[in-house]
Amino acid sequence: MQKSVSIEQPVMDNMQPAKSIMVQSSKDTDFEFTGTVGNIAAANPRMVTRNVDVFYGEKQAIFDVSLDIGTNEVIAMIGPSGCGKSTFIRCLNRMNDTIESCKVSGEIRLDDKSIYRKKQDVVQLRARVGMVFQKPNPFPKSVYDNVAYGVRIHGLASNKMELEEIVVSSLRRAGLWDEVKDRLDAPGTSLSGGQQQRLCIARTIAVNPEVILMDEPCSALDPIATARIEELIDELRENYTIAIVTHSMQQAARVSQRTAYFHLGYLVEVGETSQVFTNPAHKLTEDYITGRFG
Amino acid sequence: MSSHQTEVLSTAERVNRSLKRRYAAERRFRFYGLASILVALVFLVILLGSIFFTAIPAFQKSYIGLNVTFDAETLGIENIEASNAFLTADYDAVIKAALRQRFPDVSSRSEKRTLYSTISVGGTYQLADMLQAQPELLNTTQFVWLTADDEIDGYFKGKIDISAPESERRIKDNQIAWLESLKANGEVKKGFNWTFLTAGDSREPELAGIRSALTGSFLTLLITLLLSFPLGVAAAIYLEEFAPKNRWTDLIEVNINNLAAVPSIVFGLLGLAVFINFFGLPRSAPIVGGLVLTLMTLPTVIIASRASIQSVPPSIREAALGVGASAMQTVLHHVLPLALPGMLTGTIIGMARALGETAPLLMIGMVAFIVETPQGIFDPSTALPVQIYLWTDSPERAFSELTAAAIIVLLLFLVSMNLLAVLLRRKFERRW
Ligand SMILES: Nc1ncnc2c1ncn2[C@@H]1O[C@H](COP(=O)(O)OP(=O)(O)OP(=O)(O)O)[C@@H](O)[C@H]1O
Ligand SMILES: [Mg+2]
Repeated sequence: MQKSVSIEQPVMDNMQPAKSIMVQSSKDTDFEFTGTVGNIAAANPRMVTRNVDVFYGEKQAIFDVSLDIGTNEVIAMIGPSGCGKSTFIRCLNRMNDTIESCKVSGEIRLDDKSIYRKKQDVVQLRARVGMVFQKPNPFPKSVYDNVAYGVRIHGLASNKMELEEIVVSSLRRAGLWDEVKDRLDAPGTSLSGGQQQRLCIARTIAVNPEVILMDEPCSALDPIATARIEELIDELRENYTIAIVTHSMQQAARVSQRTAYFHLGYLVEVGETSQVFTNPAHKLTEDYITGRFG
Repeated sequence: MSSHQTEVLSTAERVNRSLKRRYAAERRFRFYGLASILVALVFLVILLGSIFFTAIPAFQKSYIGLNVTFDAETLGIENIEASNAFLTADYDAVIKAALRQRFPDVSSRSEKRTLYSTISVGGTYQLADMLQAQPELLNTTQFVWLTADDEIDGYFKGKIDISAPESERRIKDNQIAWLESLKANGEVKKGFNWTFLTAGDSREPELAGIRSALTGSFLTLLITLLLSFPLGVAAAIYLEEFAPKNRWTDLIEVNINNLAAVPSIVFGLLGLAVFINFFGLPRSAPIVGGLVLTLMTLPTVIIASRASIQSVPPSIREAALGVGASAMQTVLHHVLPLALPGMLTGTIIGMARALGETAPLLMIGMVAFIVETPQGIFDPSTALPVQIYLWTDSPERAFSELTAAAIIVLLLFLVSMNLLAVLLRRKFERRW
C-alpha cells in the first residue's frame, strides 16, 4: 500500500526524506554495487551509453553507467541529491566540456556514432541534443531574440518570414505564445520564472533538436506551471527524445516511460516507469521511493 | 502551555534587550561613516578651493591701449612690395615710439627702459598680425589694445603690495604713476585670457598657454586608448575564456598583476630603451608617450576586464553553449555585451591614471619647451601634467597662477572623461 504512487496529486516536492535516505545509506558504509538491475537497453535506441565514468579531478562522480535512451521516449532520472544525475545528463551533449577538471570516459553514441570521437563537432552535437537547465536562464535580450538566437546562429531560417514563423511556432508549442504575443520586444528576463522556463524550452525546440535534455526543469516552478510543462513534455515526445532529471517522483511517474535510479554515482536500477514505481527490484530504489512517502 | 508562553516572552525580552545594543552599534557605525565622508569632503573642498582661487586671476589679463603709428620709417620698411616686408619690420620701435609719445616727460635712459617694459613682447606679434592682415594701415595711427607685461598685469590685479618700501617692490613709484594715469584715462582694460587657451608655452607668463600641452595630452591619450582597450580586452577574453589553465597561464596572470604595481618611471625607462633607442621613434612625440602609457595602462585594463568577464553569470554561457553557439559566438554575443560596462570603467580608470602621469613622460623627453601645437603624433609635444611641472619650476610669480589654471583644465579633462565613462556605461548596461 505504501509503495503505490498517488499520481493524481500535484504536490510540490519535499526533498527532506530523500536526503535522509542518502545519509543512511552512506552510513551503512559503501553499498556493494553488483551491477545495474533491470533492462538498460531500449527497443529503438537514439542514444547509447556504455561504461561511462566521469571524474571531477581525482573525484569520481559517475561509475560505469550503461544506459540506452529510446527514440521518442521520455526517460526520467531520479536519485538523491549529489548522486550524479546532472553530471550524467550533461555528458550527453558534452556540456561537461566546459568544466576544466571534468573527464569523461566510456562510450556515448548518438545514432550509433560516438559523440566523443575526434571528428564530432560540439556545436553540431548541441544543435542536435538541446538542453533545458534547472534555473531558467534566458538571455538578457528580447523574448523574440531569445527564441530566434539559436535559429540565427545555425542559419536554420532562410529569411525573416521563416524566422518569425519558427519563433511563433516554438512559442506556441512551449505554451507561452498567448502570454507573450503582445510583448515580444520585452526582455526575456522580465517574464515570471515559469514563463522564463517555458521561454527556455521554446529556445531549445526552435533549433529543432533530436534529443532534449532537461535538468530539473520544474524545480523553480509552482504546480500550475509545472503541470503546463509536463503537458508540454508529453506533446514533445511525439517528435523528440527526452531525458529528464527530476526530484519529483510524481513527475517522473507522470511524464516518463522509463525511469533510471542513480545512487552515489551508480546506475542502480532502470526499467519501465510503472514497474520501477510499483515494484522496484532493488532495495535502494525501494528505500528511495518509499522514503518519499515516509 | 503556560511554560511555552513564558519561554516565548523571555525570548522577546532578550531580543528587546539586545536590540538596544544593536541599534546603538548601528548608529555608531553610521556616525563614523558620515564623519569620514565629511572629513574627505572638507579636504576636497580645501584642495579644490585653493586651486580654484589661485587660478582665477590667470583667466584674466590686462591690456593697455596705445595710439600706435605704423610709420614705415620707424618700422624700417623700405620696399612694401618685398614679400617679407611686414615680417621683418621693427614693431618694437613702433611700440616704444607710442609709449614715448604717451609719456613725453620720460627722458632718462633707465626710465625709458622701465617704460618700455610695460608692454609685453607679445605686443610686437599683435602689431605684426594686424599689419599683415590689413596692409593699408601703414602710415596711419591706430588705437590698439596691447598685452601688458606680467608684472604690470600683477599690479592691476592687486598682487603688488604698494605699501612696501620702493626698493623691495618690483613696480617702482614712477611706474605706478604712469599706470595710474593710464587707468584714469581709461587706457587699461581687463579681458578674458584667451592666450591661455590658444597659445603654446612661453617664457613670458602673459603669453603662455596650454594649447600645445592639451593637444599633446589628447594625442597621447588617444593612442593609449586605441591600443590599450582592444589589446586589454582581447587579452582578458583570451585568458578567461580560451586559455588552458596551466602553469604558463598562472605565470602570465601573476606577471600581469605584478606589472600593475610597477612604478610608472620604470615604464618610461623601458620606453626610452625600446621605442626610442631601439626602434628609433622620435623623442618627445605623443606616439612614444602613448606607447609607454599603454604599457602602463594595459595591466589595469586586463585586470578590470577579467573581473567583469568573471562577473557574467555562468548560466548565460551555458544557455548559449546549450543552443549550440560556438565558444567565440558565446563570447561575442553574450559575454562581451554584459562585461563591456565593467571593461569601460576599468579602461577609464586606467586612462585617468595615464592622463595624470608625469614621470614616464619625463624619461622619453616630453618635458621639452614646446611652443608650437603638435600637428600629429610624431611632432614634439608635451603633456598637461608635464606642463604643470614645468611651470611650477618657473621663477615668474604669474606662472603659479597659470599652474593652478592648468590643474583646473586637467581636472576638467578628467571629469569629462569620467562623464563619458558614465554615459557609455548607461548606454551599454543591461540587467539580467
Ligand atoms: N563542477 C564540479 N566540480 C567538482 N565536483 C562536482 C562538480 N559538479 C558536481 N560535482 C560533484 O559530482 C557529484 C554529482 O553531482 P551532480 O551535480 O551530478 O549531482 P545531482 O545528482 O545532479 O544532484 P542534485 O540533485 O542536487 O542536482 C557531487 O558529489 C558533486 O559534488
Ligand atoms: Mg543536479
